[in-house]
Amino acid sequence: MLGTIYALLFYVATLLLVAGLVRKIWIYARTPAPLKIPTTPAPTTLGGVVLRIFMEVVFFQSLFKSNKWIWALGWMFHMSMWLVLLRHVRYFQESIWWIVELAQPFGTYAGFTMLIGLAGLLARRFLVNRVRYISAPSDYLMLVLLLLIVITGLSMRWVAHTDIVMVKSYMTGLLRFRIGELPGDFNLLAHLALVAVLMIVFPISKLLHVPGVFFSPSRNQVDNAREKRHLAPWAAELEK
Amino acid sequence: MADGDKAVPEREFPLELPEFKCGAMEGLEPFRAAPEHNEALGFPGELVPDWKEKAIAYMGELARKNRAFQVYLDMCVKCGACTDKCHYYLGTGDPNNMPVARQDLLRSVYRRYYTFAGKYFPWLVGARDLTEDVLKEWYSYYHQCSECRRCSVFCPYGIDTAEITMAARDILDHVGIGMKYSNEIIGKVHKVGNNLGLPGKALKATLEDLEEDIEDDTGVSVRLPLDEKGADILLVTPSADFFAEPHIDGLIGYAKVFHETGASWTLSSYASEAANFGLFIGSYENMREVALRIRKAAEDLGVKRIIFGECGHAWRVAYSFLNTLAGPFDFLDQNYPIPQHILEYTWDAIQKGELKFDKSKNDHYRLTYHDSCNVARASRMGDEPGGQFEIPRNVIKAVCNHFYDMPEETIREATLCCGGGGGLLTDDLMDLRIKGASPRMTALQQVTEDHGVTHMAAICAICKTQFSKVMPKYGYEMDSIVSVHQLVSNAIILTGQETEEDDADGAKAEEQP
Repeated sequence: MLGTIYALLFYVATLLLVAGLVRKIWIYARTPAPLKIPTTPAPTTLGGVVLRIFMEVVFFQSLFKSNKWIWALGWMFHMSMWLVLLRHVRYFQESIWWIVELAQPFGTYAGFTMLIGLAGLLARRFLVNRVRYISAPSDYLMLVLLLLIVITGLSMRWVAHTDIVMVKSYMTGLLRFRIGELPGDFNLLAHLALVAVLMIVFPISKLLHVPGVFFSPSRNQVDNAREKRHLAPWAAELEK
Repeated sequence: MADGDKAVPEREFPLELPEFKCGAMEGLEPFRAAPEHNEALGFPGELVPDWKEKAIAYMGELARKNRAFQVYLDMCVKCGACTDKCHYYLGTGDPNNMPVARQDLLRSVYRRYYTFAGKYFPWLVGARDLTEDVLKEWYSYYHQCSECRRCSVFCPYGIDTAEITMAARDILDHVGIGMKYSNEIIGKVHKVGNNLGLPGKALKATLEDLEEDIEDDTGVSVRLPLDEKGADILLVTPSADFFAEPHIDGLIGYAKVFHETGASWTLSSYASEAANFGLFIGSYENMREVALRIRKAAEDLGVKRIIFGECGHAWRVAYSFLNTLAGPFDFLDQNYPIPQHILEYTWDAIQKGELKFDKSKNDHYRLTYHDSCNVARASRMGDEPGGQFEIPRNVIKAVCNHFYDMPEETIREATLCCGGGGGLLTDDLMDLRIKGASPRMTALQQVTEDHGVTHMAAICAICKTQFSKVMPKYGYEMDSIVSVHQLVSNAIILTGQETEEDDADGAKAEEQP
């Protein structure tokens, strides 16, 4: 019964996540940028732009220039999350990739740095009046959601183990559309439900910064306006 | 209403954060445009009866036509990185002047009508209905942004509040709420060819006067040609260069440089304006129409090159947009950048050794340089990224002995706006202008303390006008702001020029840094 409910939940969540993201990415890609607006100094070549975005996505370069506290907390949270996600890949594969094996010891501890990062960001929201002023309920809730996911996850690793073998066979089963049984402990069920919620809200929330950062004209445009004419299709119509 | 606190903000360097003063600038409004001034730009004269539907529909259209608008509205995570970066926030303490809060004034409405969360859970994501009060709030706070892009530099996603401000102003224009200063000026350009409404005859007389002045000063006949067909270079410069101080001294500088390099050049009475306020109101159509005047002038005069004078946003429109708006320029000489900045031209000439200077002529100045926001963060000079920072400094150092930069976090890409950009250079916003200038003035006071700096050079007509108005409030003379080409003009030794001490300093003056 539980297995079926969660299976349904995850199929729906995955569908909404993928469809929502594909739709948004399609819209972003299709919407023209009528003018050249890179924030300068900007790279003058495509390779330079790739490097610029790489530096933003991997090192949060602009944020580093901007505010060391937000950078430290945000970067710690995001990078820990990648390690944790990588570690979780093992629950979806029969034979585990070497990189996932490699991430295993780091991933288990990254849960704590992720927790510290998120807690720090949440504290900022309450304590810094400028940040409090710009925060809507959803901004707090998003952090709370992530924190709960981390806490339930950590407690399964460090406090009350779940039957991980059973979870793994359930998850690998889902990938083949075979619905098995889930252990019934609270931590696991809460963890999975919250992850499903996160997947569902992803494409309708500020988590759109994930695809969005690649489509930001101030960061992804090449500074070559004098050399190469840039014209949006609707602007070309004005010339007829 | 704004709280009426007219005090000039005083603060220490490094820039300290102001106390929160909620609502301090609420209700501050620049004068609204008269119906005929809106209509001249293709907008409704007065608030249309179905303004709500119109505004919401136009917001959706902008999201479809402009990726920046759509992506920026979607992806802000409210991290707060931008909150202490806006000079108007630093100067006023009004939290709605924090970039993200300013964006949210519009984002909250966009969410209400165009996102799932905002449609069904408005309280959760801070979405709100569009009301007449919201329109008033937009009109007020989107005219407290100078579109300087400083926030964009520091945003982890490059979200540029200028894009949101432009969109908001465009939406307001489309429902019949226009701003007097900008809309009147754009109307004058469409009709007469420049922001001042200066007709060709008056322009001709002004230029002739200047030619006489230069000859009186130097004994050399330097021309300022107007509408000369067949000239090689069309110079497009902000019309403030024709009459305002210190702009006009810059214009004299361009003329001397052209003279000394033997260039054949001309101004145009049809395109006697580099400024393009279409940018400020976010109207692609108006911006394009203004830009097309320059193309037409270049075609009619049969020039081979286009060079722009010292003007910040004009250089943004020229460098980044001219090719888009009025290109392709295949009728011009492709061996030169199209368009080119006067500083690129002068720096080239200096490097080739075509200009001779007596740097001591600027010894009564101890200088710093103000990077204008649109040049710094929205354009380039030369071949390398960052040329827009180096070339002006190189030219200043080539003609002056005493140059000191302001603190690193207030110059180059992190430069602070003068406080009068983006269409806010109007007397009805003087209080805001004075407060918005305070971060820049604080940085200036720092180099005055450390190095005895007396003067600040700039390459933007708006910066120059703004500073000559607000610097006296901060204890500087109004002529403490100078044009970069004014410094060039002071130091340049024209061939055949009578100088007091012709021989002694000549050799020294030729040394380049």
